Amino acid sequence: MTDNPPPRDPTDWDSGIPADRIEGTGQNQGNAIQFSWWNLLLLVPLLMLITAWYNRDAPRLFGMPMFYWYQFVFVPIGVACVAIVYVMTKGRRPPPAPRSNDTGGPGLEDVQR
Amino acid sequence: MINIIELVVFTVLFVLVAVMGFLAGRWQSGSNLDHLDEWGLGGRKFGGWVTWFLVGGDLYTAYTFVAVPALVFGAGAIGFFALPYTVILYPIVFLPVLRLWSVSRSHGYVTPADFVRGRYGSPTLALLVAITGIVATMPYIALQLVGLEAVLRTMGINGSGILGHLPLFIAFLVLALFTYKSGLRAPALIAFVKDALIYVVIIVAVIYLPAAFGGWGSIFDSASAKFDATPSPADGILLNSNNQLQYATLALGSALALFLYPHCTTGILASRGRDVIKKNMIALPAYSLLLGLLALLGYVAIAAGVMPIVNESTGRPDSNTLVPQLFNVEFPSWFAGVAFAAIGIGALVPAAIMSIAAANLWTRNIYKEYLHRDATPRQEATQAKWASLVVKFGAVAFILFVDPQFSIDLQLIGGVIILQTLPAVAIALYTRWLHSIALIAGWVVGLAWGLFLLWTIPNPATGREHFGGSALTLSQLSVFGWHPFNSTLQIYVGIVALAANLLVAVVVTLVLRATRVREGRDTTIGRDYHADENDPELRPVAAG
Repeated sequence: MTDNPPPRDPTDWDSGIPADRIEGTGQNQGNAIQFSWWNLLLLVPLLMLITAWYNRDAPRLFGMPMFYWYQFVFVPIGVACVAIVYVMTKGRRPPPAPRSNDTGGPGLEDVQR
Repeated sequence: MINIIELVVFTVLFVLVAVMGFLAGRWQSGSNLDHLDEWGLGGRKFGGWVTWFLVGGDLYTAYTFVAVPALVFGAGAIGFFALPYTVILYPIVFLPVLRLWSVSRSHGYVTPADFVRGRYGSPTLALLVAITGIVATMPYIALQLVGLEAVLRTMGINGSGILGHLPLFIAFLVLALFTYKSGLRAPALIAFVKDALIYVVIIVAVIYLPAAFGGWGSIFDSASAKFDATPSPADGILLNSNNQLQYATLALGSALALFLYPHCTTGILASRGRDVIKKNMIALPAYSLLLGLLALLGYVAIAAGVMPIVNESTGRPDSNTLVPQLFNVEFPSWFAGVAFAAIGIGALVPAAIMSIAAANLWTRNIYKEYLHRDATPRQEATQAKWASLVVKFGAVAFILFVDPQFSIDLQLIGGVIILQTLPAVAIALYTRWLHSIALIAGWVVGLAWGLFLLWTIPNPATGREHFGGSALTLSQLSVFGWHPFNSTLQIYVGIVALAANLLVAVVVTLVLRATRVREGRDTTIGRDYHADENDPELRPVAAG
């Protein structure tokens, strides 16, 4: 199937294009994980899980104890982190190579950058 | 006493969305309606706005809107976990759901269990993921009914026995019929109305109500005074030294679990492309802000002296009527009617999506895999439509014949057990290192231990000995009778069970790899995880 890749029929589980790894060995080639340092920004909102930093009444803002307004502040922080990652990693995708090449090798071309 | 004005406003809005639901099937419909891609995923072509309303309507359900403020009313700060939960949710799932969308789009996967089937070549593992999904979703649907019923009872339709449930039954019959007919397009269209109503209602409520009760300062003070007066040391407007870990792990565990629920993946898979999902992950926290403000209405209810209504069916106060009752008392009847319609319609949207998701799981991973391997796409679509009816009437039967508390317990359990599919679904998006048999072993251990731990948790407030909540005191944590911790700190059961699940999965994988036990074939390839809407060789929608 170099020229005509068989149609991928999802109703027949075994009809897909063969796996680009050796069966049963668990080799994880071809996961095509694209890492960007910007992705680490997604960990910043997790800081709000450290309750010890804000579990107190004072200072109040608009009458709300710190416990509450502090967590509301994290809503825009979370949005900003995701938005920055979105903008900075835009367009980073593997080049759309034709599928017919997929069966040629162990799929090393799938591991990008 | 039935409030006529509220009932009329509610009924008019309800009928309006029911009509929309029936007409929705024609909306941007594809050429081949008898296919799960069309009925179950709306043609896989929802754009940014539709996805925002659909997923928003899916995640932030009627039950959330009544139960979260009720929890804050009853227990205080711990109930506010809904805010951190829905804030950390999007950064956590941002990257994995993109991979899930791409691989599902490439291979025509309709459910998360389809992906597991393709990734591991293991029908057993896929079956376990599918069953977990269905079992976790069913009580969730029943809880939407609890939310809807809270509104009906507040309006005065608070009868006892079967007759008291009749309006609920009619509402769900309507829901069942338009879901059968229009599929995922019905909730997608209705979600526009639901969210518009919810936004108006909550914005008015959070601007008007605090001012009416002397500002947030005095509201928090009166809430604090109420919690100080109770004998329980666990409540209060701040967390105490014992429940901070529970607060953080509950938020984290809930965030990890949410997109493992089949109805959430359905909303994602129905979108047109990766860019739509990315933008939604940025825009969806608008609902989180709303949910946080809504949670604080629990304190407003304390300041206003509002008490929950007694459910004539069970004879006990129904804490879920708290927010409806607050609107009933503090606002003119017509506005309360709008608020009730918002909650009522808010029950229909997620209930429809959940029943579709459960039906998709049944059809793809049980019916087609085990009962009728040669099913055509048309037979699959028909099967799924009928399954969605069965699922919904199952939920109604639950409410009619079983104490609503049972649904709430099951929902609690559902969150813990759906989390046990994380290694097989979410981790598998990145690596296939874990062996499929090891994943099954981890699932069994995580599920069994999670259920056992939930069973051991008492609730002194309600006098129950078992299934009293999801907060496990660390000193009670027992590994075959060994108590590794001596601490009064509390932790979310789901996280504990997940840790056991992962540990078992890793250890068993190491053993199986060392003994070279073979496993099924992976039909996905690296590039599948980055496929996007305009790729030239993308599989056509509703093919096969």
